[in-house]
Amino acid sequence: MGSFLVFAILAVLAIGSAVGMVLSRNAIHSALFLIGTMAILAVFYVLLNAPFVAMVQVAVYAGAIMVLFLFVIMLLGAERLGGIGAGSRWQIGLAMALGVALLVILGIALFRGGATAGNPEVIDAGPAAFGLRLFEAYVLPFEVTSILLLVAMIGVIVLRTREGKK
Amino acid sequence: MPEVTINWYLALSAVLFTIGALGVLGRRNALIIFMSIELMLNAANLAFVALARHLGDLNGQIFVFFVMTVAAAEVAVGLALIVAIFRTKASINIDEINILKG
Repeated sequence: MGSFLVFAILAVLAIGSAVGMVLSRNAIHSALFLIGTMAILAVFYVLLNAPFVAMVQVAVYAGAIMVLFLFVIMLLGAERLGGIGAGSRWQIGLAMALGVALLVILGIALFRGGATAGNPEVIDAGPAAFGLRLFEAYVLPFEVTSILLLVAMIGVIVLRTREGKK
Repeated sequence: MPEVTINWYLALSAVLFTIGALGVLGRRNALIIFMSIELMLNAANLAFVALARHLGDLNGQIFVFFVMTVAAAEVAVGLALIVAIFRTKASINIDEINILKG
């Protein structure tokens, strides 16, 4: 699973980038920080023997989805909208308390009982093996996904055209 | 140097998920909240891939693939909604989006 030094450097970069995304005042900077986090996660996927998922992560997440985000931010001019920083002081305090509680609960859930016995051998996870598994075991979810994407596309078109008629 | 085990990856996933949750709770900009949701999805994806590696099972990676597809659809619809809200209210502060209140 990679050397510890590589993991530590990448983990610090990923967490720092994520914190920058949440704290940044400028929405454009937030989007760029999030792209950084996603790119580092793609490196983790390569380390974890998931080359195809890493490629899709870069192409779909860091590419398509974040370009859409940046496009909307620039379309709205939202990067300079004032007064939309953080909430009031008690909201921040409550959010921090809930965040710490969530982290503690996740830690307990993940580490209680120790790790299960794994299968450390490296499996074939290339695009060919991935596609075979996808179309052997997951044909129905795959087709449902295509309908979901169609519905999303029609939904977006309806949202935009209705406004245009007014 | 300790060996990198599955626990390190799960801990990183938990930390990233918590940062995303804090973003959703603490920020008031709808776009930042949306990005924080994406960060939470990515944290879950990291846990999926790490466990797929740990268990020597390809199914976890297939799940990540589906999560990404659903996230793409969600982003398309969500950003269209944000643009529509901005056109009517001239704001994407979620504290001002309260006209559904009774």
